[in-house]
Amino acid sequence: MQKPGYLVIIMIVAPSNTQKQFPVQGYIHSFETCGTVDGPGIRFVAFVAGCPLRCLYCSNPDCRFLENGKQVTVDELVREIQKYQTYMDTSGGGVTVSGGEPLFQPEFVAEIFRRCHELGIHTALDTSGYCDLAIAKPVIEQADLVLLDIKSFDPEIYQTVTGVALEPTLRLARYLSQINKPTWIRFVLVPGLTDAPHNIAGLADLIATLTSVERVEVLPFHKLGEYKWEQLGFHYKLKETQPPTAAEIQAALDIFRKRGIQAI
Amino acid sequence: MFEQWNGFKPGSWINEIDVRDFIQKNYTPYEGDASFLEGATARTQNLWQQVALLMAEERERGILDADTSVVSTITSHQPGYIDQAQEQIVGLQTDRPLKRAIMPFGGIRVVKNALNAYGYILDPQVEEIFTRYRKTHNDGVFDGYTKEMRLARHSGIITGLPDAYGRGRIIGDYRRVALYGVNHLIDDKKLQLESLETTTIDADTIQLREEVNEQIKALHELKTMAASYGFDIGQPAANAKEAVQWVYLAYLAAVKEQNGAAMSLGRVSTFLDIYFERDLKGGIATEAELQELIDHFVMKLRMVRFLRTPDYNELFSGDPTWVTECIGGMGVDGRPLVTKTSFRMLNTLTTLGPAPEPNLTVLWSERLPLAFKRYCAETSVLTSSIQYENDDLMRPYWGDDYAIACCVSAMRIGKQMQFFGARVNLAKCLLYAINGGRDEKSGEQIGPALAPITSEYLDYTEVMQKFDQMMNWLAKAYINALNVIHAMHDKYCYERLEMALHDRDVFRTMACGIAGLSVVADSLSAIKYAKVKVIRDESGLAVDYEVEGDFPKYGNNDDCVDQIAVNLVKSFMNKLKQYKTYRNATATQSVLTITSNVVYGKKTGSTPDGRRAGEPFAPGANPMHGRDSRGAIASLASVAKLPYAYAQDGISNTFSIVPSALGKIRADQINNLVGMLDGYFHDGGHHINVNVLNRDTLLDAMEHPELYPQLTIRVSGYAVNFIKLTREQQLDVIKRTFHDRV
Repeated sequence: MQKPGYLVIIMIVAPSNTQKQFPVQGYIHSFETCGTVDGPGIRFVAFVAGCPLRCLYCSNPDCRFLENGKQVTVDELVREIQKYQTYMDTSGGGVTVSGGEPLFQPEFVAEIFRRCHELGIHTALDTSGYCDLAIAKPVIEQADLVLLDIKSFDPEIYQTVTGVALEPTLRLARYLSQINKPTWIRFVLVPGLTDAPHNIAGLADLIATLTSVERVEVLPFHKLGEYKWEQLGFHYKLKETQPPTAAEIQAALDIFRKRGIQAI
Repeated sequence: MFEQWNGFKPGSWINEIDVRDFIQKNYTPYEGDASFLEGATARTQNLWQQVALLMAEERERGILDADTSVVSTITSHQPGYIDQAQEQIVGLQTDRPLKRAIMPFGGIRVVKNALNAYGYILDPQVEEIFTRYRKTHNDGVFDGYTKEMRLARHSGIITGLPDAYGRGRIIGDYRRVALYGVNHLIDDKKLQLESLETTTIDADTIQLREEVNEQIKALHELKTMAASYGFDIGQPAANAKEAVQWVYLAYLAAVKEQNGAAMSLGRVSTFLDIYFERDLKGGIATEAELQELIDHFVMKLRMVRFLRTPDYNELFSGDPTWVTECIGGMGVDGRPLVTKTSFRMLNTLTTLGPAPEPNLTVLWSERLPLAFKRYCAETSVLTSSIQYENDDLMRPYWGDDYAIACCVSAMRIGKQMQFFGARVNLAKCLLYAINGGRDEKSGEQIGPALAPITSEYLDYTEVMQKFDQMMNWLAKAYINALNVIHAMHDKYCYERLEMALHDRDVFRTMACGIAGLSVVADSLSAIKYAKVKVIRDESGLAVDYEVEGDFPKYGNNDDCVDQIAVNLVKSFMNKLKQYKTYRNATATQSVLTITSNVVYGKKTGSTPDGRRAGEPFAPGANPMHGRDSRGAIASLASVAKLPYAYAQDGISNTFSIVPSALGKIRADQINNLVGMLDGYFHDGGHHINVNVLNRDTLLDAMEHPELYPQLTIRVSGYAVNFIKLTREQQLDVIKRTFHDRV
């Protein structure tokens, strides 16, 4: 499944002048006009379709493939975005592209961001970081904020959770720090899966070395997407897993905070 | 000059009755935060505990007590107290807390039925007086009603008419009593009488002369009532405590005289703040003492009760009195009308806990001080007890000294009143258009017998043409019915005290309303963009609809349908304007259902949008639940398109969200709520109720109401105790409005 995904990424990188001849298009699964948890303020969140990861707890398994989405042009999407600019201005919000995996459609996402910037709209990229750095760079350049999901620090656990390798994500994390790109790190706390103390501590140690991380969000595992797995006929492996307790969440937060990291 | 005015800056308010000028010359805007606020004093806590116990008992029994023989007037009852030694602000409607009075001038039958429903018997002598010797408003109305009006009322296409009880929605300028004292107000009214000694004494002048004389009598009664509590309110208030007490006594006189549907307070916080500041500067009051005054005042406002029938309470979800108090807003000179007492008033939601009354209404402007905005948002997140209305939108219409009557009706205080007109059921009107004026439930001919639609599938052009005709009829029948009601109300149930606290000549609006806007907009969208097949019964009556295909739905910020809603509002307003109104009132319109959206739904058959017969409407101007799929802001954006110019009596929107959908941490939630309000109002939204609640809390409160005596939730333009809603309404609230995308 992943390999064709990569092929697509490589193939859709095109010379930048083509945008004048062909309207840039991409695949959007849906959008949410009142996004308040994917970056600062009230945000227009565009959920793109297509993702190379197969996270066990994925709450949007209906976003895996490009064809899960509907094809839209950047013009169409920007017209929709503009309807909500008042709220972005009044709340310090903006546009977040989430998914799916936005870096699965890098040219499309970069162009959305570029057009947002022309309108003075703040942009955030919500990504797993699983992408060739050279492909990600032009998108990151257009993002004011990167929300980077590091789903595990232990490479084996990472592989188990996501079905892919950890290394590209870590490379991207270090790059964001190098170029001083404002970054929020997100970590999903799954009991029995990602909550091993060494796993969290390793991640916290890494983050402590990154200079551009503004906050770390510990997201408690939830099962709100489980029904979608059933609808799609996929096997949901975390049926027996319970959400973390308040004490477990606090313990995870403490690991980050002990290292002087702003964790919420 | 009165000595009570020492320290106040003079202005034209000295030479004429002009509270606004007094405020503008003397108030101190406050741009700071809430850190100065004090909590409840021991006295307040003790007193509130006593009241809470009484309220718990009342909830159990329906009503705590009722008078069955003394007709309520301003002076009818001996003074009443909760615990006199502790009360800083005194006065009750009857001689005991929460004991309900009878007010038969609106209608004797309602009084009798309400008493019976709770196991009390009306004194036969009172019944005899109000049937044999003294006609009521209710009797007058039915003498005036035409056959057409009776039919329309009976079928529910025109509904909630104030024809059997007090119309309400009139706000006396209660501040005048504190500022000028009653003696001065009486003198002023006498001058008004002199001014009415004109060459031609025609019907209008006769009516006004009689009214002003009644007003003067009411002012004398107010003085007598105050004297029974030991106060001489002939004189102006001399300090903070007297100012609060005087304002409250004036309001109390109004609620002793009138069982009005909505008995709103006005805009008193910033007025009172002038007295508070003077006492603080003079060193004669502390912050804790001032908060205590506001707390005890608010406690009294929470105790206002009217005797109403259980089905009235079912319609309105409990015992609403709409003691609406407006807080904040901006002056036309650009200074915020926010003072420390604006904070103190909101602080009662903390010192006394959340409550539906008084109906705290923040007049929002983008230019309000940020600290105040944040305090409001934080209080909303914690209590869900505030509604917000767009001051930047209303100020150009009503100036900077207007208040809200009931839920969303703005009026210049002391200068304007409305003839409350409830609302018509626009969804039913659409069904009448399809059925040639026959009621879809009973089959009765209610509207004019125009040709019904006979095609299998509905054609948009044909439906629009017939709907337009049916709306013409409805607007005419509606205005005429209101003319009858208000002529009779003026005649038999005139608001003497409230109108005594108005200027001689007031601006009057005929406040019409529409219900079912989102149902009709979606129905027309379905007819236009999908295919709607008509299901008819054997008599040819269209009783159901099948929608084939998808269609744009109101609430998704999609102009294809939102403009249908906009045009409906404009079109019905234009029709209302064509008819002559009683006392030349200016027709206005609201998009507001109160909580009756459930009852309207019950009385309305299936509609072409796919809504099943009996299903609730959305409240007010809200989109139908479950049809807004693009998130909360898209829904707000759709509602914000409705033009206030064509709905100057207000456009109500109820918004509920779970805390986590507003942001991960409290600081984010507050920032985002402030941004949401700024955005909604910037884009032209008029009103919004904000609930920040967890669905689980509500579900738990349904099972264990005793654990949530003060759980408050905002509904259409006001707030209610969640546990006082019927189970049906509770489920509707839970189902309908939550925005909780995670």
